[in-house]
Amino acid sequence: MIGRRGLIGAMAGGGAGLLLSGCDRVIAQPQVRDIIFRGEDMQRGLQRALMDRDALAPEFSADQRSPYFRTNGTRDPGTAAYNALRAGRFADWRLQVDGLVARPLSLSLPNLGQFAQRAQITRHDCVEGWSAIGKWQGPKLGDVLQQAGVRARARYVVFTCADLYGGAPYYESVDMVDAFHPQTILAWALNDRFLDVGHGAPCRLRVERQLGYKHAKYLMRVTAVDSLAGIGKGRGGYWEDNVDYDWYAGI
Amino acid sequence: MDATLITLPASDPISIRRHSLATRLWHWVNAVAIFILIGSGLGISNAHPRLYWGRYGANFDAAWATLPRFPAWITIPQSYNLAISRRWHLFFAMVLAFGLLGYMVASLINRHFQRDLRLRAKDLSPAHLVADVRAHLQFRFHDEAHPGAYNPLQKLSYAGVVFVALPLVILTGVALSPGMNAAWPWVLELFGGRQSARSIHFIAMAAITLFVVVHLVLVILAGWRRALWSMISGRWRVPGTMEDARAETPAGAAAARDLSPDNGAHNTRAAGVADDARAGGIGR
Repeated sequence: MIGRRGLIGAMAGGGAGLLLSGCDRVIAQPQVRDIIFRGEDMQRGLQRALMDRDALAPEFSADQRSPYFRTNGTRDPGTAAYNALRAGRFADWRLQVDGLVARPLSLSLPNLGQFAQRAQITRHDCVEGWSAIGKWQGPKLGDVLQQAGVRARARYVVFTCADLYGGAPYYESVDMVDAFHPQTILAWALNDRFLDVGHGAPCRLRVERQLGYKHAKYLMRVTAVDSLAGIGKGRGGYWEDNVDYDWYAGI
Repeated sequence: MDATLITLPASDPISIRRHSLATRLWHWVNAVAIFILIGSGLGISNAHPRLYWGRYGANFDAAWATLPRFPAWITIPQSYNLAISRRWHLFFAMVLAFGLLGYMVASLINRHFQRDLRLRAKDLSPAHLVADVRAHLQFRFHDEAHPGAYNPLQKLSYAGVVFVALPLVILTGVALSPGMNAAWPWVLELFGGRQSARSIHFIAMAAITLFVVVHLVLVILAGWRRALWSMISGRWRVPGTMEDARAETPAGAAAARDLSPDNGAHNTRAAGVADDARAGGIGR
């Protein structure tokens, strides 16, 4: 009987191992992969149904901030163009706002400061699992898009960055719900100082209801588009294109 | 002599209806979901294997636990891939949550919760619990007078997993979502911040894993064939009934034969029972 029990135990263990590796074979099937990947649309639909369009991400008090806000992803773009901007303390940096807009803009850092400012102490959640809380400041992306006269048929906003991944600029995108969310800002300050290079100087996106990889750093260009097709590999971002991260990173 | 067959009574006394369709359906859907969620969750853990208390937590903050790197053979996918682990995890998270919701509604309507899982005062009396622990240690898992009833430890562990561990793992999962933090900020407050929720998510997973292991061991000890079949068909052949007991010993088998006016016909059935008892009926 003990022998039988041992055998059953071994079979259960071996079975579990086989089932786990079976999952890898199962998701290699395109149909299964499609169904599992459809989970992203289900999560987005469910979350959007449960939250108000302008529901705010939690904000914190100054003493709840992380003592040290770690950096992640690119810590220094290091390209010749970026190094030149950095050497000039970003006086020559301009943020291009273009695409489906009536009046394309070219904004300097002082121009960003002329918009109504929003400051928010929010939590940054990396897809890996860690969180850091810091104070961000900048104009609302919605105000900037409005000034540029964004057209009604624009469905997404694409952010192009100064840092290169595999030879191409890092890019990200959000839809108009998040683009016009009151906490979605073009942040140029972290904890009451100009952004440092590690955190995306001179300007980065904050899109507080989504994970860290959506918060594009080293912004160079903001483009309103009606489709993500034809940009990169068409999935709306560097990580989405290359390693199957969800485009909707609300979870 | 003609081989006349005996007819069994209309309601077979040695087999009871144990699991409703809702319970069986949920059991198997949930089994698959939990299996995939644990495997993919361990894969996600490998991305940042540190646990914190509070609202924030990253590499330079104090961690209360540093987890081991979970080996490839227990993660989904086998080779580290955070994106694919998350795809599995977030899809089956919805299967787990909506499955539990459906099962809870069904079990209130069909009175499974009220009838089978309700803990009564006597279930929780120390004397009763001690007696039940002793019975478990002696591999006696059923009250012979009420074979269909769950024993106190069974009720406690099922109620614990259905009403505490699973809702906890689901709610802490919800608290990890920055989108849901905006939609339902109270969930985040309930756990005192996202990194606390992440820690509790892991602890609840460990409790569920422990439940699954103990559950599987007890299923094997209590007769895995009849348990497995009852979770498929809904019918459970009660161990320890007259016929079952007789079939297990040669004397018993002989006695069982004596019950029948036609030895040959009955014997076929008794032999089947004896085989089954040898294979799985070790839990008595």
